[in-house]
Amino acid sequence: MSDKSASAYWAANVRIITICMVIWALVSFGFGIILRPLLSGIPVGGTDLGFWFAQQGSILTFIVLIFFYAARMNRLDREFSVDEQ
Amino acid sequence: MDQFTLNLLVVGATFALYIGIAIWARAGSTAEFYAANRGVHPVLNGMATAADWMSAASFISMAGLIAFVGYGNSTFLMGWTGGYVLLALLLAPYLRKFGRFTVPDFIGDRFYSQTARIVAVISLLVMSITYVIGQMTGAGVAFSRFLEVQSSTGLFIASAVVFAYAVLGGMKGITYTQVAQYIVLIIAYTIPAVFISLQLTGQFLPQIGLFSTHTESGMPLLARLDQVLVELGFRDYTGNHGSTLNMVLFTMSLMIGTAGLPHVIIRFFTVPKVSDARASAGWALVFIALLYTVAPAVGAMARLNIITTIYPNGTAETPIAYDDRPQWMHTWEQTGLLRFEDKNGDGLIQYYNATPEFAAIAEERGWEGNEMVTFNQDILVLANPEIAQLPGWVIALIAAGGLAAALSTAAGLLLAISSAISHDLIKSVFNPNISEKGELLAARISMAFAIALATYLGLNPPGFAAQVVALAFGLAASSLFPAIMMGIFSKRMNSTGAIVGMLVGLGSTVLYIFTYLGWFFIPGTNMLANTAENWLFGISPLSFGTVGAILNFAAAYITLSLTKEAPEEIQELVESIRVPRGAGGAQSH
Repeated sequence: MSDKSASAYWAANVRIITICMVIWALVSFGFGIILRPLLSGIPVGGTDLGFWFAQQGSILTFIVLIFFYAARMNRLDREFSVDEQ
Repeated sequence: MDQFTLNLLVVGATFALYIGIAIWARAGSTAEFYAANRGVHPVLNGMATAADWMSAASFISMAGLIAFVGYGNSTFLMGWTGGYVLLALLLAPYLRKFGRFTVPDFIGDRFYSQTARIVAVISLLVMSITYVIGQMTGAGVAFSRFLEVQSSTGLFIASAVVFAYAVLGGMKGITYTQVAQYIVLIIAYTIPAVFISLQLTGQFLPQIGLFSTHTESGMPLLARLDQVLVELGFRDYTGNHGSTLNMVLFTMSLMIGTAGLPHVIIRFFTVPKVSDARASAGWALVFIALLYTVAPAVGAMARLNIITTIYPNGTAETPIAYDDRPQWMHTWEQTGLLRFEDKNGDGLIQYYNATPEFAAIAEERGWEGNEMVTFNQDILVLANPEIAQLPGWVIALIAAGGLAAALSTAAGLLLAISSAISHDLIKSVFNPNISEKGELLAARISMAFAIALATYLGLNPPGFAAQVVALAFGLAASSLFPAIMMGIFSKRMNSTGAIVGMLVGLGSTVLYIFTYLGWFFIPGTNMLANTAENWLFGISPLSFGTVGAILNFAAAYITLSLTKEAPEEIQELVESIRVPRGAGGAQSH
């Protein structure tokens, strides 16, 4: 693998990680904690959307994020021919 | 058949299963002992990781922890699951590609320094040993409660069982027993939860039930819970009553602490490929989420259930008479986890929060204090099957589930401890020429030694056992996580930077915790009272791991800018761990 494609592969990986981490922080620290007062107008089962994110939604999003990352990276590995044979 | 015999039968059957697996999965090489020969299917590894991760505390105390605080303790739910995102994205695939056996292995080789390796070994030992004490005492308590033996006898039985499969099978034996233990514990947790959800809301899934209508009152369950709590002088369940800053920092500390715990990280060395390591973290979180999304539902429902049991006609009406209390209360009063005291001598149970604000109402009603004087939070899970009037075998299953949770976590920690001794100290530092057979023997002896130490500490737990878990997370967050992350994401990071960073992170966190909780947790030696007014910027000692991690990163990069960057061959090593291709089987040095 050439130096150029190695750095392109790594840059693409870091970009995917960054996107995932932004969502990770948004659903937990954001919706679940800091932004909860802003979401208080959206009722969910006797409370508000922020509470749902803090006790259910963030965990479900985390699962989706990991599988998304795993699938996206498998594709990236093949594109750059660095997948395991 | 009485309950005791039933408990004995179910627990005995699960133990026989674990021992059977141990005999089947004997380890023949160090690669098998440390990493199950890297042949574990990612889904099975996910299950094993979930059992490894979920301790006796998760199983028994988690629901109660949330039930008694409400929204504020969502930190545990987000923190202990969000860490897996960090593991999957930032650490696990690269450490798997690196292809060694332990966390200090990576730190020592990547930072080309025995000092870095030894600093990593020390922080690993401190955090894993402190963590294992809680598991051993947890196993002892679970035994004594369900099998009516002394908790010390229970502890010896637990040690003997762990000894059998951990010494024989190492990581291989531990992995497959953890898979079995996960299945036992998740069934035990879910069955009572489904029934209580059906009874209260008519919903089969507790996760849905939590946000559904409470059948009895016709109101949303959480709104009803808020209402009755406020009527009894408690704070509402869904409101935020703490500092937002601490909530953020504490959640973050739990997340990076989780990602930095060595006994969790080493589980990802057991899968065949880098891509498996990524997926396996996802599976681990699926299996963890099965418990962690149910726990808040169990907590809220059990709390509401207990209040409506005591006040069958609403909180404004007379509570039940002590003599009319349900059978499960009789049972649990005998354990001391539940205790009533008829303070005003009216024969009724008044359960409320005796705050100054509530004093006027209490006086008007002739109440002279809260009469449910002991209400241990663990009851919410332990008594759940009885509260929901489920058959005896479900109660027996809870016993087996609690023990499975304690044993699986203890075994994972013991492996992290023993491999740090046999691989990182004996093989890498003291005797690099040790043979494969010699190292395997050393690994078995270290394991036996670790079990003996854990048993001793479980029998004589230092008084600070509860606070120590916070310390373990603080250390993992402030020392190992930043070091590993910089080792992967910064090619230039050198040994001096990493060592200075780890020492600054460790030192600042330990100093901050000891300042408020006492030197080595000895009561009275704390320099400042542990109250919010004294905390630096209002940061609680439990939340300080995040700050320690930031200081670690900062110190490392400042040091790097003053010293020479990592040598060429190390930068090439980092290049190679960044790409999945070429991750072979197990390698030793």
